[in-house]
Amino acid sequence: MAHLANALAALADPTRRAIFERLGAGPASVGTLAEKLPVSRPAVSQHLRVLKEAGLVSDEPQGTRRVYQIDPAGLGVLRRWLDQFWDRSLAAFQAEADAKAREKEQAR
Amino acid sequence: MSQTIRPAPLRKRVSVKVPQARAFEIFTAGMSRWWLKTHTINPTKSPIREILVEPRAGGRWFERGEDGSECDWGKVIAWEPPARLLLAWQITGQWRFDPNLVTEVEVRFTPDGDGTTVELEHRHLERLGDTAAAMREAFEGGWTSLLESFARMGA
Repeated sequence: MAHLANALAALADPTRRAIFERLGAGPASVGTLAEKLPVSRPAVSQHLRVLKEAGLVSDEPQGTRRVYQIDPAGLGVLRRWLDQFWDRSLAAFQAEADAKAREKEQAR
Repeated sequence: MSQTIRPAPLRKRVSVKVPQARAFEIFTAGMSRWWLKTHTINPTKSPIREILVEPRAGGRWFERGEDGSECDWGKVIAWEPPARLLLAWQITGQWRFDPNLVTEVEVRFTPDGDGTTVELEHRHLERLGDTAAAMREAFEGGWTSLLESFARMGA
């Protein structure tokens, strides 16, 4: 599970954990996070980028700034696993159905 | 402020080249032929021989192993051929059957020319037992339990 490894790696850093926990209390901008934590704004931005790539947070523009929040869909490791599971399953179903359609055509 | 983690439903869509009734039949009666047999949940670990959906509301949805043992996946909530099937997926994040867990898998079959559009929605994922609960606790309990829950899910 590569995404699980990414999530764990992203949270292995104590500053990123602090940022992630802070976002657990509600959405926040880079500036707000930098005020509450002993970290510069560029460093906060960098950590957020890593968290975002790991699928743990998402961001959306709000006026001139970006607001970050925990990504409930991205955090659902199990959900993502099921997502892949159904993709593979429905592809197999489709292959089976289309094979049946071809059989029927050939029988004509 | 605590935050409830509620995963959005999964929605999938595929088009197949068979008519609606045939698509429904292949999906249900023919499940053994296309279901990915890599994931047995049978405690006996027997390889899957068949995946069966009993054709009625209240019917079972289960796997039968090469050794003849049976293990439930869930049940049929609604059986409405050829248009709709509603299954209860009762498998936890730890790949075990749990009769108290009910997540829903709705499958709709819509005619599209000579073929059929099949739409699948897997919903109420927040009910996925320990996993969803562990996620919620993780947010309320801090990052240690979060990592533990991740580790459990990966195990």
